[in-house]
Amino acid sequence: MTQSPIPLLSVRNLRVVYPGEEGDFVAVRKISFTLGRERLGIVGESGSGKSTTGRAIMGLVAAPGRVEADEMRLGEVDLLRLDERGFRRLRGKRVAMILQDPKYSLDPVMSVGYQIAETHRCHFGSSPLAARAATLEMLSAVYIRDPERVYELYPHQVSGGMGQRVMIAMMLIAGPDLLIADEPTSALDVTVQHQVLAIMDDLVRSRGMGLILISHNLHLVSAFCDRVLVMYAGHVVETCNASELAAARHPYTRGLLASLPELGRRRAELPQLQRDPAWAADAS
Amino acid sequence: MITLEHVTVSYGTGAKRIRAVSDVSFRVSAGEAFGLVGESGSGKSTVLRAVAGLIPHALGRIVLDGREMQVRRPKATRKMVQMVFQDPYGSLHPNQTVDQTLTMPVAIHKLGNTDRRVSAALQEVGLGREHRYRYPHQLSGGQRQRVAIARALILEPRILLLDEPTSALDVSVQAEILNLLARLRRDHGLTALMVSHDLAVIAHLCERIAVMSHGEVIEITTADALASGNVAHPYTRQLLRSNRGFDRSGAAIVDASS
Repeated sequence: MTQSPIPLLSVRNLRVVYPGEEGDFVAVRKISFTLGRERLGIVGESGSGKSTTGRAIMGLVAAPGRVEADEMRLGEVDLLRLDERGFRRLRGKRVAMILQDPKYSLDPVMSVGYQIAETHRCHFGSSPLAARAATLEMLSAVYIRDPERVYELYPHQVSGGMGQRVMIAMMLIAGPDLLIADEPTSALDVTVQHQVLAIMDDLVRSRGMGLILISHNLHLVSAFCDRVLVMYAGHVVETCNASELAAARHPYTRGLLASLPELGRRRAELPQLQRDPAWAADAS
Repeated sequence: MITLEHVTVSYGTGAKRIRAVSDVSFRVSAGEAFGLVGESGSGKSTVLRAVAGLIPHALGRIVLDGREMQVRRPKATRKMVQMVFQDPYGSLHPNQTVDQTLTMPVAIHKLGNTDRRVSAALQEVGLGREHRYRYPHQLSGGQRQRVAIARALILEPRILLLDEPTSALDVSVQAEILNLLARLRRDHGLTALMVSHDLAVIAHLCERIAVMSHGEVIEITTADALASGNVAHPYTRQLLRSNRGFDRSGAAIVDASS
């Protein structure tokens, strides 16, 4: 891990607020972190604000939702001062996002090759031929054996694992510095999950990118990432090295870990998580 | 209690005919919990649906409580076998209150005493009276799955079929539902057949486990054997590795048919 003087991403006191009739709903409450060229995991249960954090970085929090922060920078770019046009130039080129289910995130009426080539043409203004060549190269980079054939396929004709590889190819073709993967493998079978993660890992390492992996799967995150943020009710309750997640100190993290059934440790009763209102209140 | 002998299920006709499950045999004794694991497309849910009578099986015998199942099942059999589905967002009628959802099966089977049965079933799954007249969208995922379990239990079944009952839930809620299922099974002496792709979940609830791949049962093992890694088939070993978080060796492709 080489730490450049300017971190890849720095976020200070990020808040995401959705106004409602009965007062504001704060999805993310003052979270701060910096990211180098490393793999950062964000774990938490549904509603903990982990996906919203990812979307705020991408400028994808739709109005009337508000993103507030003391600082949010991607390299030298100040994300807080960026308008929609600026974000559009940034997305894909500097920061890209992979979502959970390729069935829904790919355009069903475009061949997968065409979709990837479109990204290339958008960001580089390349000719159709050059875009096609770059696409085929990118498809082989995600270990698709017959890129010429796969180029012509439509999303419904590819399997989940293949679809997610196509997504990775599309996201990486413009060479972003940061990849945000939001539950990239939860729609896939376990054995396919590992292939997809291994491909993502190879590419992120060889290109020296930063990666944010958002997931509810504690085992996966602790095995895959370098560092983990644990989120609860919009707060980061704990930050630790991924390898030390098993020794986590916060009662929420410990409760989550304990409530997982484990092979080889059969318990008549799984300990249930007792939520403490103080976790959501303390401003950590 | 549940016996499958050489069961084969196919979908479609003519050239498009796909054999989803071929030649599956196993036996589950009364009060036992039996698990089926495998990846999507391995046929595990198809087996469950064939046992539930939701799809007809083409070949082989399905025997429940000593009676061989035909295409049409008598009402008493249908009452005996109840199922809980994966997604509590999709398996409850969005326009019916919890009360209506629970009343319907009691009325169909003419059990009587509706009011008492409904409140008893709700209490059993840990829901209060305040939940009784709510619609599904007013409940959390865990509460919905409790309603789905109550709906299955209200007919006092002897066989409970569970199709990925916790995979749509958060881990803390998963623990609550697994504890609930374990307690209900103990209290009612239920025979359970459970499908999951998560080895740890299935080994938590089930004593014996069948591993399926490409429509066939490739190995029948026990929870203890899985825990100690004492399994015969390379595919089962692959699944085991995959369930232990990310690991490079899990990325290599092992095909069950090889």
